[in-house]
Amino acid sequence: MIGVFYVSERGMKMSVFDILGPVMVGPSSSHTAGAVNIGRVARQVFGEKPDKAEITLYGSFADTYKGHGTDRALVAGIMGFKTDDPRIKDALAIADEEGLLIHFSTSKEGTYHPNTVRIKLSNKFQSSEIVGVSIGGGRVRIREVDKFKVDISGIYNTLLCSYPDQMGVIAKVSEILASEKINIATMSVSRDKTYQIALMVVEVDGELPDQAVNQIKAMPYFDTVKAIRKIEL
Amino acid sequence: MTPFQFSTVQELVEKASYEGTTISQIVAQWEVETSNLSREKIFEKMSNNWKVMKKSIEEGLQKEGQTMGGLVNKAAAHMYNAILTGIVPQDRLSKTIYKALAVAEFNASMGCIVAAPTGGSCGIIPAVLSTAQEEYNFNDEQIVWSLFTAAGIGLVIAEKASVSGAEGGCQAECGSAAAMAAAALVELLGGPPQKVATAAALALKNALGLVCDPVGGLVEVPCIKRNSFLAVNSLVAADLAMAGIPSLIPIDEVITAMGEIGRALPESLRERAQGGLAATPTGKKYKNE
Ligand code: SF4
Repeated sequence: MIGVFYVSERGMKMSVFDILGPVMVGPSSSHTAGAVNIGRVARQVFGEKPDKAEITLYGSFADTYKGHGTDRALVAGIMGFKTDDPRIKDALAIADEEGLLIHFSTSKEGTYHPNTVRIKLSNKFQSSEIVGVSIGGGRVRIREVDKFKVDISGIYNTLLCSYPDQMGVIAKVSEILASEKINIATMSVSRDKTYQIALMVVEVDGELPDQAVNQIKAMPYFDTVKAIRKIEL
Repeated sequence: MTPFQFSTVQELVEKASYEGTTISQIVAQWEVETSNLSREKIFEKMSNNWKVMKKSIEEGLQKEGQTMGGLVNKAAAHMYNAILTGIVPQDRLSKTIYKALAVAEFNASMGCIVAAPTGGSCGIIPAVLSTAQEEYNFNDEQIVWSLFTAAGIGLVIAEKASVSGAEGGCQAECGSAAAMAAAALVELLGGPPQKVATAAALALKNALGLVCDPVGGLVEVPCIKRNSFLAVNSLVAADLAMAGIPSLIPIDEVITAMGEIGRALPESLRERAQGGLAATPTGKKYKNE
């Protein structure tokens, strides 16, 4: 077979299941399903069970979150639920039972997109923060991770590595991925304001086996290495 | 061999006619070739969509209480009772109406649905196909195949225009769903590919210009009842096409026109909840609640 043919304006290959689907808890693919997916990514970036979630809603998310269940959807995603999980409706009560402390606020600040949310997750040991936008049909983009500007779609298995900026790291990571026969879909590096810390984002085609992730973790460069499992749309 | 590609409905019609098959088979084959999934697997995935659609009709009808935003209260159940008590005749029309309401209301109550093509328009295709199943005894397999035809039409619309209310107004959501449902229905009824395309053209033509002005920004008013109106629109389109009445403007040109109209719509009538019904004195009361 030769490549991929049906590509939308956004450059993504389309499938019949983009038109009839996703199977989702309503009411809105952007305000509900997309919110679940942003929550899921936030949880994976954090990497473990959080004790506390501080959520700031912007734009249309801020205006209409209650009637769209955006609040429940975000919390459901943070707890790892998928977009079709009937428990989404009761997510706030479930979070309460599980001892997950939630704080919502809204902001009038201008930001990336009408449907934007900032999620800060924390527990006794660590915290992490992402900014996600919901672009329709349940599809999302992560635009910030711990203040680094990124552009992650979540539909690929993704590797996030932070390290004191130095030369040659990218090549080393590519080498390991190539030796594990993992094809890189996109790769980007952003740096913090001081230009000292870098965050590398690698989206890969297909699986991202633990074995490859562990090899990268074992390299001497990185402060953190996180593998984010793709969202099934 | 280069796999078949399509960017117009006409290409689907020609290929299906040439091969003496249906549009659903052409679309399914295309999906197999571009997705790396087997035919069995994609059929299974589409069967699951159909299962969720049927379940959403049942559960939407039985659900208790108001929608999330509280703007609609058990509309489907009211309609259904009116049928049972004979206030409205029990026929294809009334069944389609209550089923579309049930799914759309279930969606607005955080029930599990299939976006078809979106959450706001999720009641149209299930209502039309479930009623057809009841009326003509189609089996599930036949219905699932017809969903590929619906999706094929939807793919072309998504590519050439849009299926998002924020981009194209409600014509892009409920209008597209109506075109997709009409196409699927004609294929089920045994209409040839050309009539399938005609039904889609007629259904979409009648939805052109429909704006997106949801009260309070919620997917409730006018969305839920609009699902029943547009589902009925599909029935009319399918009947006209089956009767052999053509559409002067072919489907691909209607789709292009829909895209142009969508771009010409002011922002306030594209899901911003700032114009139309949302901006009426009554509508405004529900802002930011
Ligand atoms: S009015 Fe807007 S929100 Fe409601 S169904 Fe139509 S496009 Fe969707």
